[in-house]
Amino acid sequence: MIAEAGHKTSTDFMKVRDDFPILKTKVNGFPLVYLDNAASSQKPQQVIDSISNYYSNFNANIHRGAHHLANLATEMFESVREKLALRIGASKHEVIFSSGTTDSINLVATVIGHSMINAGDEIILSEMEHHSNIVPWQMMAERQGAVIRVIPVLDNGTLDIDAYRKLLNEKTKVVSVVHISNSLGTLNPVKEMARMAHEYGALFMMDAAQSAAHMNLNVQDLDCDLMAFSAHKMCGPTGTGVLYGKEKWLEFFPPFRGGGEMIEQVSFRGTTFNTLPHKFEAGTPDIAGVIAFGAALDYLDSIGMETIAARENELHLMQEQRLLEIDGLRMIGTAKQKSSLSSFVIEGLHPFDIGSLIDQMGIAVRTGHHCTQPLMDRFKVNGTVRASLAFYNNEEDVERFIEALKKANSMLR
Amino acid sequence: MNIEHKQQEIVEEFSMFEDWMQKYEYIIELGKDLPLIEKENKDDEHLIRGCQSKVWLHATVDADGRVHFSADSDAIITKGMIALIIRVLDSEKPVDIVEADLHFVKDIGLMQHLSPTRSNGLASMIKQMKYYGLAFQASA
Repeated sequence: MIAEAGHKTSTDFMKVRDDFPILKTKVNGFPLVYLDNAASSQKPQQVIDSISNYYSNFNANIHRGAHHLANLATEMFESVREKLALRIGASKHEVIFSSGTTDSINLVATVIGHSMINAGDEIILSEMEHHSNIVPWQMMAERQGAVIRVIPVLDNGTLDIDAYRKLLNEKTKVVSVVHISNSLGTLNPVKEMARMAHEYGALFMMDAAQSAAHMNLNVQDLDCDLMAFSAHKMCGPTGTGVLYGKEKWLEFFPPFRGGGEMIEQVSFRGTTFNTLPHKFEAGTPDIAGVIAFGAALDYLDSIGMETIAARENELHLMQEQRLLEIDGLRMIGTAKQKSSLSSFVIEGLHPFDIGSLIDQMGIAVRTGHHCTQPLMDRFKVNGTVRASLAFYNNEEDVERFIEALKKANSMLR
Repeated sequence: MNIEHKQQEIVEEFSMFEDWMQKYEYIIELGKDLPLIEKENKDDEHLIRGCQSKVWLHATVDADGRVHFSADSDAIITKGMIALIIRVLDSEKPVDIVEADLHFVKDIGLMQHLSPTRSNGLASMIKQMKYYGLAFQASA
């Protein structure tokens, strides 16, 4: 059955590539091989058209207008919120639009800091966090006099769950952990980690920037209190993203930014705030971005997240096997549960040199610390080469990547 | 030979390469041959932090008022690029270094290494070389 499904999907995925105009680009004379999907995914024509369609036919500011276009734009915008709520198992008013994962985490860290963190309280993060899930907490901890505790990463790139258990205590107020590591690909046991956090009454936040692109996420099932992700890693446009929060917390938190849209009544004696979700959405949002995000979700669903995951696993397996052919290669992150990226170093070579040479052959990978410097320090490397796959990559991409790596390897020796 | 002549010489050399591989093989060779910076100068004070590769740069001025650079990097292609830039700017007068337009980088098709992503620190290195030029000019 698996073989049949595999055969069927590989035929369909040939057509899928046609939906992504950028895949026809040539780079340095070679057809582009795009393996930087963990940084940002490419966009199908449907999403690109959606942006242009919005500005051509529906552009108006939302929520306030009493005219035809304003109503249409509001409907389109709000229908994406509904779509997202349905997708993650949330209520509509628990879905807050932000500019992306970083923005969502900054929102949460700020409002939690203002409402529930006192001197000496503890926040637990992990050693594999992206800087965007470290720095906002550090800034808040400094303001409030709170302490940040860090879950260590084991040699295989998984979290040390025993250490996590020991870090939890009555002073723990928040645990914020990445679902899938952008540098290692490790899939963390967030459901179990949320349960453990809740035993101590701590909130559990999940950075789903990577995972939202590869799987269905259900906040009821995971029982996370807060979750952040970005449209641009899910075939949607840049500049828009989501914060999910349980209603009771979003009601409890004070507003983040002040402005239009987030208020009920304003006077110079004082202001009352709007209800959820608008309380956290001051100012005009990225209307076109959100609507195009909706088109991206429809696009992903037209293929099916499970089919997408199966295809990505198939390509990833091939990539990891083929990488074994490279002399001196050391994989960073060898967890059993890993998403479709490979992060590695080649002994004696600088990742930047490898990236520069394979770029000459049209291969786009990410090199460097991937905004996870503490993790690079943990593995004592100055950076890695990261090749991250999406469902629209194919076997030829992997093949050309491996050939390019071999060539770069021999040139640099 | 002045800065402009040296740039033209490099452009001419690179025009003989038939493909990108020859070009990069040459840069890698240059990188391997680059005389290393003196050990005592490979410290944080001389470090130009790129996002990905690091560059160390030191400069002195001789009795004739000409500037001499030594540099190193942890990435070999960055080192090769440094070797080319030093070849152009070394042994020149501070005023000429400050005013130099390093068009050769674009001419030989390696402009992406000076991109504003700060990834390899080269753009910052050139700026730093000019600061040295300015400082030597002021102290002359």
